[in-house]
Amino acid sequence: MSSADTTLKHYFVSHEQQFDAAKLGMWLFLVTEILLFAGMFVAYAVYRSWHPEVFLQASELLDWRLGALNTVVLLASSFTVALSIHYVQKGQNDKVFLLIILTLLCAAAFMVVKYFEYSDKFSHGIFPGAGFDPHGIIDGKDYSKYNVPFAPQFFSIYFVMTGIHGVHVLVGMGMFGWLATRVARGHFSPQWYTPVELTGLYWHLVDIIWIFLFPLLYLI
Amino acid sequence: MNQQSSIWLPEAASTIAGDVDHLFYFILVTSVILFVGVMATMVFFAWRYRRRSPNDRPTPVHENRIVEASWVVFPTILVAIVFIWGFKVFLEQGIAPPNSYEVNVTARKWSWTFTYPNGVISPDLHVPVNRPIKLRMSSEDVIHSFFVPAFRIKADVLNGRYSYVWFEATRKDTFLVACTEYCGTAHSDMYSRVIVESQDDFNTWLADNIDDGTMTPAERGERLYTLQGCFGCHSLDGSVAAGPSFAGLAGSMRNFTDGTNAVADDNYLRTSIVNPAAQIVEGYDNVMPGQYAVTMSAEEIDALIAFINEQ
Amino acid sequence: MSDESHNYLNAKKGIWSWLSTTDHKRIGILYAIACGAFFLLGGILATFVRTELGTPGETILGQDEYNQVFTLHGVVMVFLVIIPAIPGILGNFALPIQIGANDVAFPRLNLASWYLFMAGAIMAVCGWLFVGKVDTGWTFYTPYSSGASNAVLWLTSAVFVAGFASIFTGLNFIVTVHKMRAPGMTWNRLPLFTWAIYATGIVQVLATPVIGITMILLFLEKLMHIGIFDPALGGDPVLFQHFFWFYSHPAVYIMILPAMGIISDLMGTFSRQQVSGYTFIALSSVAIAFLGFLVWGHHMFVAGQSALSSIIFSMLTFLIGIPTGIKVFNWVATMYKGSVWLRTPMLYALMFLFLFTIGGLTGIMVGVLAVDVHLHDTYFVVAHFHYVMMGGALIGLIGGLHYWWPKMTGRMYNETAGVIAAILVFIGFNLTFFTQFFLGSKGMPRRYHDYSELLDTFPEFAALNMASTIGSYILGVGLLLILVYALYSLFRGPKATANPWGACTLEWTHTGPVPDEHNFHETPQVTRGPYDFHLADDVFGPKNNSQS
Repeated sequence: MSSADTTLKHYFVSHEQQFDAAKLGMWLFLVTEILLFAGMFVAYAVYRSWHPEVFLQASELLDWRLGALNTVVLLASSFTVALSIHYVQKGQNDKVFLLIILTLLCAAAFMVVKYFEYSDKFSHGIFPGAGFDPHGIIDGKDYSKYNVPFAPQFFSIYFVMTGIHGVHVLVGMGMFGWLATRVARGHFSPQWYTPVELTGLYWHLVDIIWIFLFPLLYLI
Repeated sequence: MNQQSSIWLPEAASTIAGDVDHLFYFILVTSVILFVGVMATMVFFAWRYRRRSPNDRPTPVHENRIVEASWVVFPTILVAIVFIWGFKVFLEQGIAPPNSYEVNVTARKWSWTFTYPNGVISPDLHVPVNRPIKLRMSSEDVIHSFFVPAFRIKADVLNGRYSYVWFEATRKDTFLVACTEYCGTAHSDMYSRVIVESQDDFNTWLADNIDDGTMTPAERGERLYTLQGCFGCHSLDGSVAAGPSFAGLAGSMRNFTDGTNAVADDNYLRTSIVNPAAQIVEGYDNVMPGQYAVTMSAEEIDALIAFINEQ
Repeated sequence: MSDESHNYLNAKKGIWSWLSTTDHKRIGILYAIACGAFFLLGGILATFVRTELGTPGETILGQDEYNQVFTLHGVVMVFLVIIPAIPGILGNFALPIQIGANDVAFPRLNLASWYLFMAGAIMAVCGWLFVGKVDTGWTFYTPYSSGASNAVLWLTSAVFVAGFASIFTGLNFIVTVHKMRAPGMTWNRLPLFTWAIYATGIVQVLATPVIGITMILLFLEKLMHIGIFDPALGGDPVLFQHFFWFYSHPAVYIMILPAMGIISDLMGTFSRQQVSGYTFIALSSVAIAFLGFLVWGHHMFVAGQSALSSIIFSMLTFLIGIPTGIKVFNWVATMYKGSVWLRTPMLYALMFLFLFTIGGLTGIMVGVLAVDVHLHDTYFVVAHFHYVMMGGALIGLIGGLHYWWPKMTGRMYNETAGVIAAILVFIGFNLTFFTQFFLGSKGMPRRYHDYSELLDTFPEFAALNMASTIGSYILGVGLLLILVYALYSLFRGPKATANPWGACTLEWTHTGPVPDEHNFHETPQVTRGPYDFHLADDVFGPKNNSQS
């Protein structure tokens, strides 16, 4: 219990109060994240409702197979995070360490796939904004035919949304790396594992946002 | 409605202005009564229940349900009245009568141009009295807002879409047009006028200003001076605005911000129109748009230069 | 209970002990210094604006300089003063003590918020000094802003960063109020100031991310031309206005709700009476926090949104106006059969009622569709929002600062000087801004560098503008006088007692003249409501002669 005592801040009465406060704070933070993305979803909805045919056509240029792969990768990472919280509650820190490393690898895999997607788009002149100039023929699709009004808006929204989501994944990777070192040093116990729990909550949100992004951008 | 200006509102010279003013004064009077009532009560309480001894400990007051209910009901009724009233007048303001005479309005930094169905172009809005006028407005650059205080009308003017206002002037006079959406350097100089005249005078004016294809280059240039909005920044009487005046410009020596100078010959004028950032005259900022090489043909630029040479 | 010589101010020494503090009271002082400096800057800019407008034609500023000055005035006052000031200064200082906590839930996050806020401010100033002058107005409307100087990039980033400071402050207070209340501090015993800061926290958390994403999109629009807001690229400028006001209208409640909370505490304490309609005031703050999200469109009645949306937004605007009006009635009623003590904080509370009622009633005027068409974007609107923002939010802040000053510094200020300053502020404010109602309803557009050409039609504009300018100088003198006697009090003021106002909330009853570093030695047990003066025998002694 000695480690538990050093983790109780003087301005809290009990561990329970401290844990509840941290969790409520994290939930509120997640609300702000949802609202941040909500702004972009609104922009997407507005432009889609104005130019549905352009958005439908432009979304053909996104590779749904890579998107699906990333969805699977992220879902798997959410599962490993959930498991890590389960094991930290049981005090099995070696398993926790392994699961967090697995999550980190999944997140890295996600970013690698994103890298290939982005570089493929860039190499065919699909940039957000002023540089938009699609060209080349891939899978029988003539990219230059996609240079229609409001297609740039689709890709602007695509890059902004997936870009900001990607930044969140990178932040998550940093947090998992930091958690892994702390697990390795035995900082967590069944009495106190708040950072693991909170990072897990954050990661589920990153996952959920992708679950919305994938169909909206790639499929419909 | 032929109302003179009061301490609160400018003169009213359109058919809807009277309705707006009635509503305005209704809210004003109600507000004043409410305000005076609340303030009088506040001052009275502050004096009547002032502390008489440091140890005063008044007994708590029990809340009176009837008083509290009246606080809720009374304001609700008042705002319901002004909302419905405001909504009715708003619909009048928003829906132009079907027989309206249509004029196109173009706004740009920092001038207004009015284009009539027969092609006449004017920096002032000439309209016949007692006839509904509908303005179809758009902007060439940023957002502006078309405001005629005497008519109680206003609407933002956007790039890339049309917006509309309508009015029916009730009196022959000249009224002020101002831009009310902030649009940069000379926002506060972006005025125009509405000239309300009789139908006959209006018809005469319209006929006099039509482009019948027999214009000299300088006359065409004068038209372009209006059409392209040059007058927003370049005066003809020597007065200083956002840009140098055209009066006496041609042939004069120009001193530039980079320390060089040149005589304002035709080539200088051409460069200044198609590439305004190339040489900036001392005392002015680089604010002129660079689109004229695209929006004007070579003949039009020649005509405009001919016009400037005559000033 | 307190050792007089040991308190939060002298617990640790040195600049670094302040810059690294996690003590909520010290962070409150940090905000006070920062916001005070920005208020001074914004105020100086305002005097430039008024001086320029005092006489027709160019007076001291050219067109572009004028546009830059009013832009910076707006940005500084909105984002660096009014939004952060009350939660940052007084919320931080008083809220945890008011609920009987030893600190906020996340003290380090609290300090980080202050640093984020300062980072935002420094970015804004650096952009201004080294990159270029922004002349877009604080509203950054596209496409004007996407074509303006690159310093817009700095300013939007600054707003984004400072926005996170606001989010984290709000989040901290919500969690603190939920989880850290002392035993017996039930929800219906929370002081109304705490309720107001809590409601403000909700708005901060829900609204600020939207300005965050708006600023990101504007940043990218300017940097990469992504074509979301710029009509030349197929974007929609009205969409920007929707995004902007979806934050910026609720932001009005971030500014005004805390001031309302201060006024509630002041009315109760200085009337020594239960605040009339306690439950209503408390819950309507929260209701307004949510309803405030549904009225942003009333900024756009003439911007080209559909008539139907305008009608709905107008109706919702009135719905939110009604509870605000009822609050005013409640505050006035609080004095009924009370014991009204007209000290400086109370004078500001009454001044708030005067000015805010004018602000609210003129708000009804600009909320009425047909009338707004005429008044929109004129000086009438300028006068209206100054009555609400300055007459409401800042006067509330000044009243609150006078109220908590003895607790923050341990010293009293000169009451006579306080009254004189209050009178100067009152006269100066009304002279400055009431004249602008006439200017606006007659048709003078806002953001105008010059009105020479309007004088043909409206010759009275010269006198009205001159009067407004003179008023602004009187206002400035009043505010400077406050600064002078505050500084004097800091060093020479008489020592304050623990509860100079006879208040009943915990920061007055359970701490020494200056609170200790960790607020309470033992957790307070709360046995009565915040305005139960009749039960407060610990403050006044037993009430044996209750015939008065």
